[in-house]
Amino acid sequence: MTTKLMGQGVQRVEDQRLLRGQGRFVDDVLVGQGTLHVAVLRSPHAHARIRDIDVSGVLDVEGVHAVWTYDDLAGLAPNMADPLPLLIPHPALTQGRTQYALAKDEVNYVGEAVAFVVAEDRYLAEDAVGRIQVDYELLPPVVGIEAARAADQLVHPDVPGNVAARLVQDTGAPGELEAAMAAAPHRLSLDLTVERSACTPLEGRGTVARWDPDTNRMTVWSSTQTSTGVRAVVAAKLGLDLGQVDVVTPDVGGGFGVKINHPWPEELLVPLAARALGRPVKFTEDRREHFISSAHERGQLQHIEVGFDDDGRLQALEVTFWHDHGAYIPYGLIVPIITSTQLLGPYKPRVYRVTFESLYTNTVMVTPYRGAGRPQGCYAMERTMDAIAAYLGKDRTEVRAANFIQPDEFPYDQRMTFQDGRELEYDSGDYPAMLEKIKALIGWEEFPRFREEMAAQGRQVGIGLACYVEGTGVGPYEGAHVHIETSGKVKVATGLTSQGQGHQTAFAQLVADELGVRFEDVEVVTGDTRRMAYAVGTFASRAAVMSGSAIHLAAKRAKEKVLRIAAEALEASEDDLEIVDGIVSVRGTTAHIDLGTIAVLSNPLRYAFDERSKLATQFSVGDPGKPPVAEDDEPGLEGKDFYSPERSTFASGMHAVIVETDPRTAEIKILKYAVVHDCGNLINPMIVEGQIHGGVAQGVGGALYERMVYDESGQLLNASFMDFLMPYVTEVPDGIAIDHLETPSPLNPLGIKGAGEAGVIPSAAVFASAISDAEGFPITAMPISPSDLFQLRRTLTEEPS
Amino acid sequence: MKPAPFAYHRPGSLADALAILAGDPDAKVLAGGQSLVPLLSMRLAAPSALVDINALPGLADITVTDGRVRVGALARHAAVLASEEVRRHQPLLALALAHVAHATIRNRGTSVGSIVHADPSAELPAVLALLDGALEVASVRGTRVIPASELFVGPLESALEHDEIATAALFPVLPAGAGVAFEEIARRHGDYAMCGVAAVVDGDSVKAAYVSVSEVPTVVDLTGVPDADLGEAALARLDPADDIHATAAYRAELVRVLTERVVARARGEAAA
Repeated sequence: MTTKLMGQGVQRVEDQRLLRGQGRFVDDVLVGQGTLHVAVLRSPHAHARIRDIDVSGVLDVEGVHAVWTYDDLAGLAPNMADPLPLLIPHPALTQGRTQYALAKDEVNYVGEAVAFVVAEDRYLAEDAVGRIQVDYELLPPVVGIEAARAADQLVHPDVPGNVAARLVQDTGAPGELEAAMAAAPHRLSLDLTVERSACTPLEGRGTVARWDPDTNRMTVWSSTQTSTGVRAVVAAKLGLDLGQVDVVTPDVGGGFGVKINHPWPEELLVPLAARALGRPVKFTEDRREHFISSAHERGQLQHIEVGFDDDGRLQALEVTFWHDHGAYIPYGLIVPIITSTQLLGPYKPRVYRVTFESLYTNTVMVTPYRGAGRPQGCYAMERTMDAIAAYLGKDRTEVRAANFIQPDEFPYDQRMTFQDGRELEYDSGDYPAMLEKIKALIGWEEFPRFREEMAAQGRQVGIGLACYVEGTGVGPYEGAHVHIETSGKVKVATGLTSQGQGHQTAFAQLVADELGVRFEDVEVVTGDTRRMAYAVGTFASRAAVMSGSAIHLAAKRAKEKVLRIAAEALEASEDDLEIVDGIVSVRGTTAHIDLGTIAVLSNPLRYAFDERSKLATQFSVGDPGKPPVAEDDEPGLEGKDFYSPERSTFASGMHAVIVETDPRTAEIKILKYAVVHDCGNLINPMIVEGQIHGGVAQGVGGALYERMVYDESGQLLNASFMDFLMPYVTEVPDGIAIDHLETPSPLNPLGIKGAGEAGVIPSAAVFASAISDAEGFPITAMPISPSDLFQLRRTLTEEPS
Repeated sequence: MKPAPFAYHRPGSLADALAILAGDPDAKVLAGGQSLVPLLSMRLAAPSALVDINALPGLADITVTDGRVRVGALARHAAVLASEEVRRHQPLLALALAHVAHATIRNRGTSVGSIVHADPSAELPAVLALLDGALEVASVRGTRVIPASELFVGPLESALEHDEIATAALFPVLPAGAGVAFEEIARRHGDYAMCGVAAVVDGDSVKAAYVSVSEVPTVVDLTGVPDADLGEAALARLDPADDIHATAAYRAELVRVLTERVVARARGEAAA
């Protein structure tokens, strides 16, 4: 009997290749001779009117093939002169603005694309960019949320107050929140800050395109999280039919959200140039470009009013926050909607009202970054929980436990609308059990003694805890195609893309289990529109839930056909068949047939191609009285299916950390980090733990190291890995204690939930909690550096409140 | 992030290198390239030519003679760090080099290059200054030795003339009975320090040198200063400034903490 692979820590099949430098990323794509290279002139100013662009100094430069500005776009393709699409419209987004592929009349952030140069190589292209003269009329920039709210200056003159959207959700009837707040025995208010950060994948953006004039077809290779999204927009913008455009996503060196946004200006301009110039064209973003012209996230100011009873139970929770979405808003309101809904975590306030404003600033635009608004929501809620505990003099875990949704309350309707336009209804979970696990894992009860021991040595330590719930696996759908070859090997295609998650491994496990084939015989292809034309993309921790379920269903369909043909061939009942290691046999007998032969039999042949295929030719098989392929059948051994759930499935987790803060240097050291995580049934625990490790590392970066430092003129001062402090291995915890809880989701056939973003969600919250605990005063702004902590101590000592 | 066009020379003798350099006032010398190449890529520097000295013979030697550790211009940080002889005769070099960036950068970057680059955030200029070392330089006009006290003119500015190539750095060996120590605090392991302190204690003499808290490597004589006043005595000579990673006040606190720690440790080493 084959061992079930679901739940096994199967080694990733991707790693040999990726770790040996044999990965093939967009910049490695070889599209033949004569590839041209791109450089982009980007705005050096945060806010300016473009008076004139003079490209005359570039046109005659040897090796330069094209120089385009906005004025050239209309002549290249009819739709190129329009703004880039607003990807996710929302009724509340009344003032949505998106940028043009090349700036039209004005620039709104440092890094906005102004001119596009195509040359023989990137060196020449950069030389040419240096020769373009732009006459700018400087306008006052809006930098930071306070400036955006003050609205003394406007980013877009036709957007009053710099407000793109204002959205209110209230779980109560009119007046209910006010009444509950007034009746609450205790009330507190908090003001919190989260600064900007960014995904910073090690591979930046990149696009290669080749136009074939003989067949009128475009092939695009892009480092994206949605090849079908890129395909649709390239076709629409270039005036092509979908059938003329293929988009292939090779290995992607990290996405973390930023590559779900599309199309980037270059993602359209590169195919456009390939068609106009008749040569393959490549754009590979450099590091500085990635910092100033891709996307950031996280920046919010939050105000919380909370009313609670003597046990800390939330009677009324009112949250107002201001979300900095940068100069444009192509991804709509997804991030602040997620903050506003996922803020609730595992808790059930009696009544909750949230209001947010999404604000324009003259900075790089904001699109989802791993966690996608959840870290900010978790931070708001968990800081509130800590504040309540401090106010009541209670243990922080007690206050949380008093507010938990109980295991018998699922499905639990939070009475909100989630990011997918559907109800925020939690499918399953067990938060009390999880709390017990995290307390045991971190040593919550033993901590007071440890603190005393440390204090005796003059050392200062603190413990923190943060809980979250994460809606994962959002729709609309994913699909899969499973093809059993005559060799018995299985080829699987799903349309969403991979950025290193281990899809080839996890998906092969599912297929091996369902079909009864060897894991080694399954090959999975992702993100290639030639193999799977209908797909959505990789975001919102959805790949396992969506494509995993679709692959499972597609494999099931293929298996049905396998059993039907095998039953006929073996003259047995389907119910008596079993498939092990690719052999179908009749239980209790020696009769058997292999999958390859079944594949041969599934396809009636006129022409044999080898010895075995003779079995399927016209004088060997079939009833001469019937059509070779039955009316309700089709040739080949394939299964195709789609999975489209009613709503998201809700994973959950709790993190705890013990930190040490140096009394003099304010250095913050992580002594212990613990995670309890529930993503339903685990497909591959090793991959899930890898996701948690990576998420925690990224979260440590976000909490203690990384920030986007803009000066008042809108220049990003730390646009390099020298000054944007992504943590090294030396900065992340030396070992992370992990425990799992598995509460299966009732929403999909495998009972799974997403795991991709979980590790990063509670980072700001858990470190703020632990540092507050070590220092004895609340931390209200994250991230925090030793210098920040030092200054905070000084402020609090010098100006006692 | 591609450099502007430049001519590239890889001479096989010091004389040829000096001649090319003398003939082109906009040429730059390339050794390990760990500072220069990023500047080129970001087009913050656009020299007319690079004179690559990596093919020059004999410049990678590390020797101990005449009471001095002599580190040739092509000796990589990693080689200096690995040298037992250097560690025995001037342990401060290894103590400081352990903080210089990361292994890959130390494998390529040169200790002399770091000194010539004269970055006040770099460890080796402070070490050279503290030990009162010197730099050997050559040009078509001849050779000379520049003492550390005259070498560091300003941030990223040394006393080398344009046509000169530094051929070696000279670090006096540690006198018997003396002790040294080095410590720094950086945001991440291997980053430029927010503050770094090197100290040497020899009998009653106590001196410290500082990284990242003054415009040029600054040596402060702390001889006879009571322990409780060490930090303030140092700060009187230093000028910590704000940047995006640390406030001036925080850096000043690091000066106090690290001065106390490093002087104490150097004393301990001296006594050992």
